[in-house]
Amino acid sequence: MSQVTRQKPDTVYFFGTCLIDLMFPQAGVSAVQLLQRAGIKVIYPPAQTCCGQPAWNSGYRDEARKVARAQIALFTKPIPIIIPSGSCAGMMKTHYPELFSGEADEAQALDVASRVYELTEFLVDVLNISLTDLGAPIEIAVHTSCSARREMGVADKIEQLLGQLQNVKVLEQAYKPECCGFGGTFAVKQPEISAAMVADKTMHLRNTGATQVISQDCGCLMNIGGAFDYQAKHENKKPLNTQHIAEFLWERTHG
Amino acid sequence: MSEARTHIFQRLRAVPRPEVDTTGRDYVPIYDWDRAERIKRFTERMQAVRAEVHHSDRDSWLNLLADLCKAKGLTNLLVSPHTEWGQAIYQQVGEFPTLQDYDRAIEAWKHEMFYNIDASLTSTVGGIAETGSLILWPTEQEPRIMSLVPPVHFAILDTQHLYTTFAEAMQEQDWLNQGMPTNALLISGPSKSADIAQVLAYGVHGPKELVVILI
Amino acid sequence: MAKPSEFRIQVDQALGKTEVRAHFRKAMDTLMTNRRNQFPDNAELQRLRDQAQVIRANALSKLPELLEQLESNLTRNGIHVHWAETTDEANDIVLKIMQKHNATWMIKGKSMVSEEMGLNHFLESKGIEALESDLGEFIIQLDGETPSHIIMPAIHKSKEQIAQLFNEKFPDIPYTEDVDTLTRTARDILREKFYNAPVGLSGVNFAVAETGTLCLVENEGNGRMSTTIPPVHIAVTGIEKVVEKLSDIPPLLSILPRSATGQPITTYFNMISSPRKKGEKDGPEEVHLVLLDNGRSRIYSDPELLATLRCIRCGACINHCPVYVRIGGHSYGTVYPGPIGTILEPQKSGLKVHGELVQASSLCGACGEVCPVRIPIPSIINRLRYEGVRQDGGSALDAGSKRKPLEAITWKAWSWAASHPSVYNLGSTVATQVRNLVPHNLGAWTSVRTAPAVADKTLHQQLKALGVDHE
Ligand code: SF4
Repeated sequence: MSQVTRQKPDTVYFFGTCLIDLMFPQAGVSAVQLLQRAGIKVIYPPAQTCCGQPAWNSGYRDEARKVARAQIALFTKPIPIIIPSGSCAGMMKTHYPELFSGEADEAQALDVASRVYELTEFLVDVLNISLTDLGAPIEIAVHTSCSARREMGVADKIEQLLGQLQNVKVLEQAYKPECCGFGGTFAVKQPEISAAMVADKTMHLRNTGATQVISQDCGCLMNIGGAFDYQAKHENKKPLNTQHIAEFLWERTHG
Repeated sequence: MSEARTHIFQRLRAVPRPEVDTTGRDYVPIYDWDRAERIKRFTERMQAVRAEVHHSDRDSWLNLLADLCKAKGLTNLLVSPHTEWGQAIYQQVGEFPTLQDYDRAIEAWKHEMFYNIDASLTSTVGGIAETGSLILWPTEQEPRIMSLVPPVHFAILDTQHLYTTFAEAMQEQDWLNQGMPTNALLISGPSKSADIAQVLAYGVHGPKELVVILI
Repeated sequence: MAKPSEFRIQVDQALGKTEVRAHFRKAMDTLMTNRRNQFPDNAELQRLRDQAQVIRANALSKLPELLEQLESNLTRNGIHVHWAETTDEANDIVLKIMQKHNATWMIKGKSMVSEEMGLNHFLESKGIEALESDLGEFIIQLDGETPSHIIMPAIHKSKEQIAQLFNEKFPDIPYTEDVDTLTRTARDILREKFYNAPVGLSGVNFAVAETGTLCLVENEGNGRMSTTIPPVHIAVTGIEKVVEKLSDIPPLLSILPRSATGQPITTYFNMISSPRKKGEKDGPEEVHLVLLDNGRSRIYSDPELLATLRCIRCGACINHCPVYVRIGGHSYGTVYPGPIGTILEPQKSGLKVHGELVQASSLCGACGEVCPVRIPIPSIINRLRYEGVRQDGGSALDAGSKRKPLEAITWKAWSWAASHPSVYNLGSTVATQVRNLVPHNLGAWTSVRTAPAVADKTLHQQLKALGVDHE
């Protein structure tokens, strides 16, 4: 549990994640817009880069720590840090304490960890946000990342947000809690297994009949969306859209 | 002392071992079942794994047993004359198939035991409602093989000794201070396996039928 | 292009067998559903997991004392205790006991430690036959295979395959796919073996230090047969299997079968505390316990890796693993497959031999979520990845052996760039580096997916327009 009181703050930090920065900036923009619309001042320290997870999960702890240390230095005020990714939030919240255990700046790392919120968690639990759907009727499926589900324990938040959208129907895929096969370096170190996993995941998502797939993690979206695109191009299957939850929410609710 | 032992202990002792906080280790009762409820649960569990359960009493169990033996076409029954139940059975010899006592060490009649005994009857020291289990502490009169080799095993359970959970049985019967017997057993149904394509099959190596008579 | 490892080749072959994959999926689905049904109350499940974790962690914290207590109680009860540092030593101990009794064969109950020892193979080389009696083990032994799962060793085989196999090996018996008939065939064959066996061998699920009691969990009765009928019983187990108190047993017994196969309890729970006593009419005259180290004391020496030894071998992590369900047990090339194998095998046999396994995880966390003793399997995988590439010693066997120069340099460069924002924010710099990290494998990514595209404008650039505060 976060040590920050769950009162609505005036100001928050935003940590955009490297993947969103480079590949999915629109998700980050939308997340900031959602926060701003809720009356919250957003601070985006421009020197931020990456939480360090790729190196951490590859066993390169010194390298991960070096990068993490640079981030910690940027988020010093006692305000929440909002992250539009279960995986990067999980890195900061649960792995920074391990990564900095016994280091001189351990206390700082623990402090940062205690202020971390995954975006949907923050929107629901702290902002208690209420949404009005302005979009056309649509049937979607949700893929919750394993880190959001198991590390952060926030799988229900995305569902609660979508539940507020009147014209959005969420269809349930088979094997919903199963991993999509991304797993960061796993996808490149064990490409065959990863490919088998994403093949199954996309099949189950397609079988729902949904026209769009939403997730709170861009790693999963890169994997699933990449597979959908490939299947559309090379296997003659129907193209299927993927989108980050922030972008989806913003598109459907701003006037 | 073997060298291996010395080395293993050296390595285990060489490391600091922080103490573990043992909060939450002890048994916490979560059910509040009276005897009727315990009997109901026990019966459901046992039946779910294809054990036969018969509710009987001190007056009628002998007749019930005799009928069951007839219905199953048993030609003999391995039963000790030295237990409370056995004594009663031996007094009514005429009602039962040939009664056989386990009166010699197994080596003296192993072939007969393996290939000629149809069924056995044993007492139990208790039962467990939560899991549908019988507790057996085999003795000289009722040795281990009685509940293992014969294809049909009758077990009599006095419901006074039907406990809610294993932990309660152990506590109430004070296993620790009684001292553990050569062999203590929980038996929860007839022998079974799902090793062939997850299809459940009964009677793999142990008894094919378990018949529980509740008194 | 780098040559794919043996592991990747096996994986590739396994993935190609669609029928087998469908079979595994169905089997794991059943096991997962059964387990879920056993724990309708999540709070109660979590309490039980806490309890089981505490019991195992407590036992490990006192391991040397408990092993001594176990040994002295077993000895007092008349059970012979043997110690083996390596599997070779353990095999020799078993061989000597066999020789002492002039035994030319043995009947075996299920024991993963005996698989770890390669006991059957070893005994065979000495002219001694070890016959498996667990139905699943019996089947795979007939086919010359090893277990593909620690609880359900023949799970990879279909009913039809088993019917074929029986027909080949027992031509006198008519071909049948009827599971009851197949089971009866095995029963009849093995009954005679139990009857004659000079020695029975089994594993141990828990050993109670306080009373000197060996506990065995099973459904078929072959475990009881192996430990009751032959005049000599040899139990083999790892040194970590000890628990402190008799009262520690019920909670473990409660969570083990429920986590493993989704049964409330197994048919038999067999507690053995001594050989046949004077006046008793059956049971083995001689009981031996072989306690095997085989790397466990090394694992023990690291406070984080130590958690590996809490394992009660329920197999739940395997049943819930999205990797295992697709590649099956044999692809791992190890005795223990799935998540538990992924953390145990590289520690036991070293990172050089089995280090690649720690890459065969997407770190999805499904294993850690179901483990009844709360082993943080993903964290241990992460730790072993670190052990593989660290340069300062480390505690795992072969630490540092997986470090590759190109990869190390790339991570160094990445970490330099990502901690120097002015460099990083050029954006493309990092994208290039990301590509460098996977020079040979982008092909694999794009064989089922389109290549990820770098956005025209990064978030950094776009947020400038949004009036976010940049302090
Ligand atoms: S690691 Fe946990 S889940 Fe896996 S076999 Fe061991 S006890 Fe069971």
